[in-house]
Amino acid sequence: MNYKELVNKPQKFAPGHRSCAGCGFPPIVRTVLASTDDPIVAACATGCLEVTSTIYPFTSWGIPFIHNAFENSAATISGVEAAYNALKRKGRIPKNKKIKFVAFGGDGGTYDIGLQSLSGALERGHDFTYILYDNEAYMNTGIQRSSSTPFGASTTTAPAGKVHQGKEEWKKDIMQIVTAHHIPYVAQASVHNPIDLSMKAEKALNTPGPAFLVVLQPCTLGWRYHPSMTIDMAKMAVESNFWPLYEVENGKYKLNYKPSKAIPIVDYLKPQGRFKHLFKPENKHLLDEMQKKVNERWDELVKKCE
Amino acid sequence: MTNSPKTKALTGAQAVAQAMRQINPDVVSVFPITPQTAIMMQFSQFHADGLVETELVRVESEHSAMSCCVGASAAGARAMTATASAGLALMWEILGVASGLRLPIIMPVVNRALSAPINIHGDHSDAMGARDQGWIQIFCENGQEAYENTMLAVKLAEHKDVMLPVMVCQDGFITSHGVQNVNLFEDKVVKKFVGDYEPKKWLLNTDDPVTYGPLQLQDYYFETQKQRADAMLASKKIYLEIGKELSKITGSNYPLFEEYKLKDAEAVIVVMSSTAGNTKVVIDKMRAEGKKVGLLKPKLFRPFPYTEIAKALANKKYVAVLDRSENYGANAPLFGEIKNALFDSVVCGDKDVCVPKLKSYIFGLGGRNIFESDIEDVFDVLLSDNFDNKVGYIGLRGEEK
Amino acid sequence: MTKLKTYKEIPIGGMIEKAGSSAEFKTGDWKAFRPIWNKEKCIHCMICPVLCPEDCIPVIKGKDPKRKETDFDYCKGCGICEKVCPVKCIKMVTEGSEECKEKGGDKCD
Repeated sequence: MNYKELVNKPQKFAPGHRSCAGCGFPPIVRTVLASTDDPIVAACATGCLEVTSTIYPFTSWGIPFIHNAFENSAATISGVEAAYNALKRKGRIPKNKKIKFVAFGGDGGTYDIGLQSLSGALERGHDFTYILYDNEAYMNTGIQRSSSTPFGASTTTAPAGKVHQGKEEWKKDIMQIVTAHHIPYVAQASVHNPIDLSMKAEKALNTPGPAFLVVLQPCTLGWRYHPSMTIDMAKMAVESNFWPLYEVENGKYKLNYKPSKAIPIVDYLKPQGRFKHLFKPENKHLLDEMQKKVNERWDELVKKCE
Repeated sequence: MTNSPKTKALTGAQAVAQAMRQINPDVVSVFPITPQTAIMMQFSQFHADGLVETELVRVESEHSAMSCCVGASAAGARAMTATASAGLALMWEILGVASGLRLPIIMPVVNRALSAPINIHGDHSDAMGARDQGWIQIFCENGQEAYENTMLAVKLAEHKDVMLPVMVCQDGFITSHGVQNVNLFEDKVVKKFVGDYEPKKWLLNTDDPVTYGPLQLQDYYFETQKQRADAMLASKKIYLEIGKELSKITGSNYPLFEEYKLKDAEAVIVVMSSTAGNTKVVIDKMRAEGKKVGLLKPKLFRPFPYTEIAKALANKKYVAVLDRSENYGANAPLFGEIKNALFDSVVCGDKDVCVPKLKSYIFGLGGRNIFESDIEDVFDVLLSDNFDNKVGYIGLRGEEK
Repeated sequence: MTKLKTYKEIPIGGMIEKAGSSAEFKTGDWKAFRPIWNKEKCIHCMICPVLCPEDCIPVIKGKDPKRKETDFDYCKGCGICEKVCPVKCIKMVTEGSEECKEKGGDKCD
């Protein structure tokens, strides 16, 4: 869908939610929900999205929604989908009524504490779409390191200091983990490109069986950049090859976007406070390592997409 | 009208699986743990043979088993799972979600010791660890009770004034793997009794979208907890009402607790589950010897029938409470409740209640056997009128009698 | 502020029965900056309504949709609309400033 088609869709995620000014996930949620005309039921892991969108007695959700706990949005949606199959068989839901099932989770709720629940649901083959909004740390609790936090980033549990320079491990490759489940559709997208995102969401939602979508969602508070820069940050992540847009459809890799000339990783890191310490002269080698890693991962991916 | 049942030799686990087959739940999540697995293996076979229409979800952990039930129940389905020990412990977080969201999930629990050290045998530490999570807990003496209470639990959980999840507990191995005669009632009779689950609000009713599980802060969380507490209290009366209805099918009674030769007893043992059965045998023997001994077997542990139990224990001289779990640094769970019940009555000026002399015993941890002679010893201690208020340990080496 | 309800008046389990009710909660007073939209310059490309986190840029739907003035009841003043606008027809100004009053009119507090 293009922008004009997107705005013509009915509103399923209302304003009045309490995410920070400049938050990246509302456009992700709205774009995903706009990508099907079928009714949707959503489950959501504990995290910024759930907390800011369901402050009692208000909800932003215009669709049936359930929040269960932090680590189990995939298991929760499994139960909802199983109920759908059972009740359809019993005739309590009309045979021809289609419902789409979506589970949302942040990076903490997906890469870390919810990984087992996700893996189980993928393996069981429930017909659902998992949307991972990846802001690269436990933002809801105050910017703690997750296994999605990139190398070098300073977080409140792996801060930059006199001895340690932020996170010392590389970001976990969730796409590979999910792809290894051999589910029909796996894709990586970014909030700055809603057209690509809605194309992927549409595919994911219309794929029978499990589908997975990870969307980069810059976080103004956690990444420490000006709230107006959310979309620009996401764009730079893609332009630097740090966050390639690609999909794996029935095992086949496809690169959705190739920058004509990738920008240096430092251009992406520079505006972000979480990487500020890396720009001290004595940390130059860390920036070099990051550039090297980005290049390596990109080359690997390009090879897979050939 | 009592329907003629079919008597079968079944283990407690199989008896519950039969109840589940007859209930034919919409969604059942399955995860193995000893000694519960026997239920789910049997139920899975029913599923494989096409005897149930249930959606089986073979989850990857008990945490997901309960999470899946929460999703299914909120979606509008009748959802069940079963567990034991570490499995129940792993679910702990989601137990509170299930009751907090007021979802009538039914869960047979095959009581087993908790780690560490790891032990697979029967004790009540698992259910006692989960006793304050807003679940109704029914403890069963044998396979027959487990079978019938599983049906009762469905109607109780789904009652509009209850809407709470229910655990139906039986003793690991002793009951779950012991073969007993179980009277099974006709499928159509059971199906008619449990009826259909028709929630007012459900996720799959996409024309009426609701939000389950929001963030409630200082302004509303408290109100929601009060509702849950009230529903728990209300469930006591509804349990009795549904029990009366079930009686018409089974001919059995479903009181809050069972009294066995209690009326004129001087010395009383309070104990739950399978050990109550052994206690009855001992009572018969001692009664024949002219000793006034009796039993009070709590069936409903949550909500706990304080007032009714206090009345039943009124004017008894001696009461020993036998707990099959420790409560490190505090009164053992059942003992604590009995003591609470009696204290309340006295403080409230209930003139009909005079407080008996109490003794707390711990027994059977990790499946340690308790023998009829042990139970007889307890009665003898009570009747001797010569005992202190220290906790007694039955069958523990190094402990003097 | 709506009157808080008692435990006897609310649905059980904390359920929220009114979908999309957060619209009753106005977040407009969060903003320190205000987007001033130049209607004449706008090409109605629909990028800002899609990317606005608050969904507070109303649109007249249709084959050729048109955006309207920002709904300041919800706008948190993040400035994303200004950044993503391809024709630079949105300018963020400090809330309450002279410039704001000048360009935003009496709606500017």
